[in-house]
Amino acid sequence: MNEEYDVIVLGTGLTECILSGIMSVKGKKVLHMDRNPYYGAESASITPLEDLYKRFNLPGNPPESMGKGRDWNVDLVPKFLMANGQLVRMLLITQVTRYLDFKVIEGSYVYKGGKIFKVPSTETEALSSSLMGIFEKRRFRNFLIFVANFDENDPKTLEGIDPHKTSMRSIFQKFKLGQDVIDFTGHSLALYRTDDYLDLPCNEAINRIKLYSESLARYGKSPYLYPLYGLGELPQGFARLSAIYGGTYMLNKPIEEIIVENGKVVGVKSEGEIARCKQLICDPSYFKDRTKKIGQVIRVICVLSHPIQNTGDINSCQIIIPQNQVSRKHDIYVCMISFAHNVAAQGKYIAIASTTVETDNPEKEIKPALDLLEPIDQKFVSISDLLVPTDSGTDSQIFLSRSYDATTHFETTCDDIKNIYQRMTGTEFDFTEMERKQQDIFGDAAE
Amino acid sequence: MALRELKVCLLGDTGVGKSSIVWRFVEDSFDPNINPTIGASFMTKTVQHQNELHKFLIWDTAGQERFRALAPMYYRGSAAAIIVYDITKEDSFQTLKNWVKELRQHGPPNIVVAIAGNKCDISDAREVPEKDAKDYADSIHAIFVETSAKNAININEVFIEISKRIPVADAVAETPGRGFKLGRQASESRRMCC
Ligand SMILES: Cc1cc2nc3c(=O)[nH]c(=O)nc-3n(C[C@H](O)[C@H](O)[C@@H](O)COP(=O)(O)OP(=O)(O)OC[C@H]3O[C@@H](n4cnc5c(N)ncnc54)[C@H](O)[C@@H]3O)c2cc1C
Ligand SMILES: Nc1nc2c(ncn2[C@@H]2O[C@H](COP(=O)(O)OP(=O)(O)OP(=O)(O)O)[C@@H](O)[C@H]2O)c(=O)[nH]1
Ligand SMILES: [Mg+2]
Repeated sequence: MNEEYDVIVLGTGLTECILSGIMSVKGKKVLHMDRNPYYGAESASITPLEDLYKRFNLPGNPPESMGKGRDWNVDLVPKFLMANGQLVRMLLITQVTRYLDFKVIEGSYVYKGGKIFKVPSTETEALSSSLMGIFEKRRFRNFLIFVANFDENDPKTLEGIDPHKTSMRSIFQKFKLGQDVIDFTGHSLALYRTDDYLDLPCNEAINRIKLYSESLARYGKSPYLYPLYGLGELPQGFARLSAIYGGTYMLNKPIEEIIVENGKVVGVKSEGEIARCKQLICDPSYFKDRTKKIGQVIRVICVLSHPIQNTGDINSCQIIIPQNQVSRKHDIYVCMISFAHNVAAQGKYIAIASTTVETDNPEKEIKPALDLLEPIDQKFVSISDLLVPTDSGTDSQIFLSRSYDATTHFETTCDDIKNIYQRMTGTEFDFTEMERKQQDIFGDAAE
Repeated sequence: MALRELKVCLLGDTGVGKSSIVWRFVEDSFDPNINPTIGASFMTKTVQHQNELHKFLIWDTAGQERFRALAPMYYRGSAAAIIVYDITKEDSFQTLKNWVKELRQHGPPNIVVAIAGNKCDISDAREVPEKDAKDYADSIHAIFVETSAKNAININEVFIEISKRIPVADAVAETPGRGFKLGRQASESRRMCC
């Protein structure tokens, strides 16, 4: 490792691995290290189960009822991929998708009055949903038809509203939708975390709902995808991409020092050796001094021996508890997956509840979600700081990623990647940058 | 005829001839000046075995193993692993045993293991006696052959032996835990998922 690199990357989280892959594909000489003996950093899937027990300082070994430890791959950060989202685009362009197998999440649910209901997102579903009364259903159906036809460039579809002026609140009023329907539309279809969108121009919200419907249309059951063996496969896939393009990988490397001279990074010291570099990418844990805390996220990993009640026994789902329903400012999310995704022993389910912390008793805040999951075989509670960089990297050439936030999706992660890319190269991120450029996979054509 | 996709991954020290073996098997050629692998990663070849077609999806390491940073993804879902050593390098035979351990730990439970003692065309320089390797392979129930990618000795045979050891397809038992590949076209993905 006593060499000179264009870019050194510290930490093998998803953000770092995608950036590493992009840089290698662009022809940069990349050295990628992690202090841990496994890939994924904060976005790892922990295996075997024994390691999860150790990580959360639970005494002893998992009980026999948990089955074989190696059958478990437990995500630390719960997220799903949107079928039409940016991460899926990155996977396709880089062909990293060939290393992965996916399943569709089988349903999306929303919480209302202590119970959960399937999120109706098509006209047919809306009409059969028990979430709404008969008149409300008709009004919601009209709203969905309006959204489906909506094209901001075609005045005929706008029914007299101005996409860039009319607020979303007025749109809901126009269709006479009640508070509950507004809640699930804004939070389960448009996927807003707060209610701030209500007073903004309706264009964005309507397009988000359209994207939800289009993603849903791709696979039918829900707009969300999940990779077999856990989310930890994603960073590994991009790390392989980086390696194929010449990136050097080292795990289990304690990082002793990030060497800065005259305000600019010049290298990294590990096990007494120095690797030199022009630019450095790392996750916040490698350079805490240059980050600040903007909040906290609580995540509770729950192992269950049963599917979540009132979901019709499906083996994966998402539940959104809109903030309004539980008098909060931030939504609470539950992501459930199971043995069917090769992440748990036969017959076991993993539900991860998460939300942005608002009080000094976060476990109480998340209780409405846990109540939906009972009985819980085992809980693993973590409260993590949300760190963001204070150094833009312009002078130091040190580019820090942000912590993974409470959202259960990769939108903000992809935004962070694009942002770091722009700061590193001075040019706006373009998806085609990621396209494989050599004949690297001979013999693999004509599928 | 039924087509089965079988993932096969290659393991072994750098320079033992992993890529050369794949290259010989897939393209039936040999390049004495082949570079240490970066870039090549994935090749396929379909062969007939009894009344089935076996499509081998062959994963070559991408250099991550050099500093012991091979991702578990590499072994995931592999039907077989070919562990290669160089018969003229005792060291490469010693590390082979570590690869076997690594596979036991991280590989799928029923993976078929094949051990290939490569470069048997230069047995003048031999450091590893065939019998030692054979005894070791037997002790772990692995397929064993000495190969030469250069002279095309026993290369096809390794894959034929692998085909023989793959359990007969059991259409009923195979379904749980099967996902689909994302495709550029939605309709295609849908077709594959159900
Ligand atoms: C449990 C759960 C909770 C979620 N909560 C939120 C949330 O609080 N806030 C939030 O913004 N998203 C939320 N999402 C959804 C998230 O937007 C998507 O999952 C998606 O963005 C992740 O896909 P991606 O990372 O592949 O691509 P992304 O980068 O996220 O998506 C590509 C583009 O599409 C937009 N987009 C993504 N999803 C939608 C949508 N449903 N409707 C309209 N536009 C969309 C994004 O803004 C982005 O510009 C949640 C998802 C789940 C499963
Ligand atoms: N004599 C002889 N040389 C061989 C044989 N197979 C490979 N070689 C040579 O051994 C060297 C290394 O071969 P590779 O196929 O690149 O080995 P590898 O295991 O893929 O190496 P890495 O990609 O670095 O891990 C090359 O110079 C080959 O020409 C063989 O059967 N006989
Ligand atoms: Mg090679």
